Amino acid sequence: MIHFERFQLSNGLRVIVHEDVSTPMAVVNVLYDVGARDEDPGKTGFAHLFEHLMFGGSVNIEDFETPLQLAGGENNAYTTNDFTNYYIQLPAENIETAFWLESDRMLSLAFSEKSLEVQRKVVSEEFKEHYINKPYGDVWFKMRELAYKKHPYRWMTIGSQLSHIEQAQLTDVQQFFFKYYRPANAILVVAGNVKTEQVRLLAEKWFGDIPSGEKYKRNLPVEPLQHEIRKLEVTADVPLDALYKAFPMASRTEPGYYVADLITEVLGGGGSSRLHQALIKEKKLFSQIECYHTGSNDPGLVVIEGKLIKGVSLADADKAIEEELEKIRTQKISEKELEKIKNKTEAAIVFEDMSVMNRANSLAIYELLGDVNMMNTELEKYQSVTADEMLSTSRRLFDSNNSNTLYYHAGQPS
Amino acid sequence: MLNRQIAPPIKDAIDFHLELPPYQKHVLRNGVEVYAIDLGTVDVLMVNWIFDAGNSYEERKGIAAAANALLKNGTSTRNAFNINEHFEYYGAHLGRACHHEMADLTLHCLGKHVNELLPVVAELIADSVYPQEELDIYKKNGQQRLQVSLKKSEFVANRLIDSYLYGPTHPYGRYSSLEDYQLLEREELREYYHKHYQHGACRIFVAGKLPDTLLQQLELHFGGLPLRAPGKENVVPSYIITPEKQKKYNIVNDPNGVQGSIRIARNFPNRHHPDFQKVQVLNNVFGGFFGSRLMDNIREDKGYTYGIYSYLVNNIQESALLISTEAGKEVCAATIEEVYKEMQLLCEEPIEEEELQMARNYTIGTILGDLDGPFHVASRWKNILLNGLDGEYFYQGIRTIKTITPDELQELAKKYLDPAAFFELVVV
Repeated sequence: MIHFERFQLSNGLRVIVHEDVSTPMAVVNVLYDVGARDEDPGKTGFAHLFEHLMFGGSVNIEDFETPLQLAGGENNAYTTNDFTNYYIQLPAENIETAFWLESDRMLSLAFSEKSLEVQRKVVSEEFKEHYINKPYGDVWFKMRELAYKKHPYRWMTIGSQLSHIEQAQLTDVQQFFFKYYRPANAILVVAGNVKTEQVRLLAEKWFGDIPSGEKYKRNLPVEPLQHEIRKLEVTADVPLDALYKAFPMASRTEPGYYVADLITEVLGGGGSSRLHQALIKEKKLFSQIECYHTGSNDPGLVVIEGKLIKGVSLADADKAIEEELEKIRTQKISEKELEKIKNKTEAAIVFEDMSVMNRANSLAIYELLGDVNMMNTELEKYQSVTADEMLSTSRRLFDSNNSNTLYYHAGQPS
Repeated sequence: MLNRQIAPPIKDAIDFHLELPPYQKHVLRNGVEVYAIDLGTVDVLMVNWIFDAGNSYEERKGIAAAANALLKNGTSTRNAFNINEHFEYYGAHLGRACHHEMADLTLHCLGKHVNELLPVVAELIADSVYPQEELDIYKKNGQQRLQVSLKKSEFVANRLIDSYLYGPTHPYGRYSSLEDYQLLEREELREYYHKHYQHGACRIFVAGKLPDTLLQQLELHFGGLPLRAPGKENVVPSYIITPEKQKKYNIVNDPNGVQGSIRIARNFPNRHHPDFQKVQVLNNVFGGFFGSRLMDNIREDKGYTYGIYSYLVNNIQESALLISTEAGKEVCAATIEEVYKEMQLLCEEPIEEEELQMARNYTIGTILGDLDGPFHVASRWKNILLNGLDGEYFYQGIRTIKTITPDELQELAKKYLDPAAFFELVVV
């Protein structure tokens, strides 16, 4: 059981406190309710570029890193398709430094031309390092475009193309900041060796006078139900053929999410999972195979991806996957196998919650999803999934008229 | 009215008292030592069996890694699937890793399940059979994975820089080719297993909220196995380090590559050398964290890279000081030039007190955070003990961070940051 307190400042900033006196550290986590899904299709990659600019100085503090490091702190941030999250860990005695830094950059950035110019280059290098200069690095650009036709999940958080990042202007930065980075759209979680009353005073002192801003009302295009088989074949200079399949799944807050999560465990979770055992060990068609889901807030994707043994054809490998999917959608899973994946899930949650930083991060995400108490009810939801639900959800999920398949051929692109 | 331009007061690193929670040592009846760290409030456990079975002991490339990887793939009563299923049924994870001197098995599980898991780990140590079919799959899949890795400039650069530093036959510098996989034979693996695991030199680390019966269980399942404690008679085979003569290399791995993997490195003494911990402080200022000079200049001012770091490599026999980054192809030369400029600056001018203070406080803060939780404490102890050091090393390190002076650091810079001593490699 994870204990927490929740309150709200008059400017709309939501604050969650999680006390843990067993650690000498404190974590200050600020989540902004904006991600790549909120971007303009002509200016993709902006939410992530913006995350970089949040370290380029704020209205009263020229340099973010130096004072934090002086206080013995470290920090980082990440951007997803759904939200942007910033976190600081530092000795609990120095927690006020984190309030000072985070509140000033919520008040206003410095909007420096130099910072924008440098971070455009840094993000371009990040783009090259992760997506261009790597074999199979472009797979997810293609798969997202195949699986999503309307919803902004059709592009990656890094952006759909380098030119969008290169063209970002300072006016875009300012507009983005004042639209999304306001107290009304933010969640502050403070965890570790802190007291709720202390946090309340510090939050009022540092965040209380920041203008609320307008609450952003998300109104994204809904992805229509698929009802078709989509296929794409590409050829690239890679050593092995690879196969990718994606199937639309439930959104993060629907009950089907938990079932789909467990289904990915049955298929791809560990050395005793079905795809690993059948396709790597028994049939020897793949050298690697995985099954996972994108876990997004809006309806996501269950993904199967694997690299083929040399000499095996993509069509044969695909057929073998289909045979496994046929089993899971027609035969009820045994109690033992169901128990196995529930035990795995329980252990995964316990291990994840060991770190105070992870707890702070999870609390912020659950608050974003609408109920911070999900922190304590998730395990129950997994535990209550039945073999019948696994069967009926598999049947819907792996509907043979509803799939996205990418054949990634090894060869010389023409 | 709140003045946001004034930073809140802070407590300085110097005033933090850092303590490394101690371990309890127990000796099983076969002499195997158990180091126990009983910490934390959550019902979790890590058990780590560390054998003298790293690649320093192998006679042909790839044997140590294969013997370690296939430990889980069959005993006389269980096949690979049964073994995996058993651990996964209890929500546990049994990892394996092969390093240069040591190779290990690591179990992570909920404390309530440990009694179901220890007997199976004991079975793997006592009775692995290395089925031919599993070896064939390992060889094939390992080769395929290697083919993909060889397309990545950073993978190629990491292998090459190690071979320049230590020589291509030293365990730190040699690497497997596709052919080495092909040559692996079951009998060799079984022999290696017999010598280095079944009858091997082993120590055990346990950490977490330890169940009362854990030591009895370890005694029951491992105390009777023909294992022994690593002793003086079993020192690591001594290999001679033969750095390459040529210092500069430009390799084209992918003619269409858009970035270069840059590695700049020199040989550096191991943790027993009196300069080691001092140079760790110097390294922090140079390129050890986000606020370092390399990052500040090459990423935050020039935008040449997504990230650049320098560090002291964690090797037992001999370390290396290594600078590592991926930079745009057209700015590789400029990046390298800036790295040398930063070296030169550290040699020519003493570090300002404020900058040093920042590095001190940052380092102490991260150590404080890093001592949080049983697994972190265990990995710190492992690092100390496996390097042949003791707890005093930890406290000596803290004293060094708190008291080293700008003059001492400048002297160290002159001694170690001479560009002529560095290998320089770019792989595109």
